[in-house]
Amino acid sequence: MNSTPKKRPPPPKTIQSDFYRLRLYIAGQTPNSVIAIANLKKICEEQLKGKYLIEVVDLLEKPQLAKGDQIIAIPTLVRRLPPPVKKIIGNLSKTESVIVGLDLQPAR
Amino acid sequence: MPGTKIRVVRTSLAKAPTGIQGLDEVTGGGLPKGRVTLVCGKAGCGKSLLAMEFLVHGAVQYGEPGVCIDFEETEEKLSANVASLGFNLPALTKKKKLFVDYVSIERNQIAETGEYNLDGLFIRLAHAVDTIGAKRVVLDSVEALFSGIADTTILRSELRRLFRWLEDKKLTAIVTGEAGANTLTRHGLEEYIADCVISLDHRVTEQISTRRLRVVKYRGTSHGTDEYPFLIDEDGISVVPITSLVLSHKALKGRVSTGMSAMDEMMEGEGFFRGSSVLVTGTAGTGKSSLAANFTSAACARGEVCLYFTFEESPSQILRNMRSVGLNLGPWVKKGLLHFNAMRPTSTGLEGHLAVIHRLIAKLRPQVVVIDPITNLVAESGTYDVKSMLVRLVDFLKVEQITSMFTNLTFAGDPQERTAAAVSSLMDTWIVLRDSKPNGRPRRELYVLKSRGMEHSREVRELIVSKKGLELGMVLKDHTVSTNVAGH
Repeated sequence: MNSTPKKRPPPPKTIQSDFYRLRLYIAGQTPNSVIAIANLKKICEEQLKGKYLIEVVDLLEKPQLAKGDQIIAIPTLVRRLPPPVKKIIGNLSKTESVIVGLDLQPAR
Repeated sequence: MPGTKIRVVRTSLAKAPTGIQGLDEVTGGGLPKGRVTLVCGKAGCGKSLLAMEFLVHGAVQYGEPGVCIDFEETEEKLSANVASLGFNLPALTKKKKLFVDYVSIERNQIAETGEYNLDGLFIRLAHAVDTIGAKRVVLDSVEALFSGIADTTILRSELRRLFRWLEDKKLTAIVTGEAGANTLTRHGLEEYIADCVISLDHRVTEQISTRRLRVVKYRGTSHGTDEYPFLIDEDGISVVPITSLVLSHKALKGRVSTGMSAMDEMMEGEGFFRGSSVLVTGTAGTGKSSLAANFTSAACARGEVCLYFTFEESPSQILRNMRSVGLNLGPWVKKGLLHFNAMRPTSTGLEGHLAVIHRLIAKLRPQVVVIDPITNLVAESGTYDVKSMLVRLVDFLKVEQITSMFTNLTFAGDPQERTAAAVSSLMDTWIVLRDSKPNGRPRRELYVLKSRGMEHSREVRELIVSKKGLELGMVLKDHTVSTNVAGH
C-alpha cells in the first residue's frame, strides 16, 4: 500500500481511487450515535489513516437529507466513495462487520 | 338533533371517511380517526388502491392532507398507477395536499454492525407529516421492512413504536400487509393493530373473478361482518354493501305507463310507480322480452331515455324480433333515446356487470332501465351473489329515480324458480307470464302477482302478441291467481 503521509485538507480537490468518503447518519446525540461516531473514528484511524473523510449528518437538523441515501435505520454509515455505494447500519461496535461491510483493505 | 334539550349520551368513535363508495356505509362512517387500520390481502387484491383512495379523497374532499410512505413503488410509478382513476398526484403534491415518499429497501445489501433503531424512517415520516400538516398516513407496505432489516426483534419493537407514534400524533393511518398462509398478514402485523382490520380477497370461481371485502374487526363500532363484494373500475373501488343498506330513497308518486292501456288498467289505470322496480317472470316464449320492449317503446314515445341491457340477444336481433310483434324500436335508437348494451354473461364477473351498468347509467342518465334477462346472471354465479348484486342495483336505480324492469326466465319445477322468489322480494311489482293450453289451444296469460302501494287487479288476462303489437285479451274467469309461485 502506498502511504500518504500528508494530511489532506477536507474536502479533497482531487480524489484518489482509494480515498474513502464516508457519511454517518445520526438522529440527535443518542448513545448509539455517540458510540457510532467514536467507533467510526477509531476504525478509520486504524484502517484508513489519512485517506478518509467523515461527514456526520444529523437528521433531526436536516430531515430532508434522509431520502437521498434512503435512510431508514439510525445510525447508518454510507460509503459514498469509492464506488459502489455501500451501506451499513448499527453503532459500528462489531469492528469485523464494519471492515467487511465497508470493504476495507486490511492494513499492512 | 340541533336545538333539542334531551341529550343522548353516546360516545361514538370519531370516523375519518374514506370517500370510497360503500365502504363508509359498511364501517358506519369510515376508518377510526386518529387510529391505525390494517388493510390486508394477497397481492393484487386492491390494498394499495384502497389506501391511495383513502388518501386522495381525504386530501381533496375532506381537507385532510395525507402522506404516503411507499415501500414498493416509486413516486413516478405510483402517480402513473393512479392516474387512470383521475388522481393527479403531482398536482396534489404541488399544492401540498399530498406527500409521497418512496422508501427503498435494499434486500441483503445492508450489513448490520451493532445496535440501531428505525429513527430514519420516523424522521422521514415526521418530516413529511410536518411539511404538509398531514392528518392521514398510508404505509404501503411496512412488511417490506422485513426483507431489509435482519433483526426482527428490533423491527417488531420499532413497528410497535411506529404505530404508537402515529396514534400519539392523532394521525388516521392505513397500514397494508400481505396475506400470509394461515394468518391475516405474513409477518403478523395484526398483532399490533387493535382498532380496525380490513381484509380483501380476490377469488376466482369457475374462471370468474369476484373481489370481496370484510371488516375483520373494528373496535368500538358495530360494523357489517359479512363479506361484501367490491369492484374496481375507472372510478376506483366501490363496495357493495348488502345488509347495511339504508333505505332512504324517496318513494315517487308519479306513474308510468306499462305500454299497454289494458295493463295500465290493471294497475289503478295508471301503470307502474315511477322509480319502482318491476320483475317479469315466465317460462320460455311467454313474451317477457316483448313486454319489456313494449314498455321501453312507450317510454321512448314519451321522450324518455331508456337503457336496455341484453344478456341473450344482440341489439340487431332484438330490433328484428320486435318488428315481428309490431314494435319498431329502430327510430328510438336513431333518436338517441334508446340505448342497447349487449353483454355476454360470462364476459366478466358480477362485479364487472355491475360496474358497466353503473357507469352507463351515470353517463346516459336514463329514466327507464331494462335488464333482459337476469336469468343468465343467475346461471353464472351463486344465487346469493346475484341477489346481493341486484339489491345494490335496485337500490341504486331507486335513488336515481329510474323505473326498472327485470325479466327472468323460469322453468317449471326448476330450482331457478326459487331464484325468482328470492329476487322478487326486492321488486315492487311482479308480473307473471305463463303458458296454458285450455282446449288444446295454446295461449299466453298475464297477471300481476304483486304491486306494492297500489290496488292492482288480481285477474288473469290473455296476452295477445301479434304483428299489431301487444294487447290484453278478456279476463280469464276460469283461472284464479295462485299466490304460491315457488311451490308446486
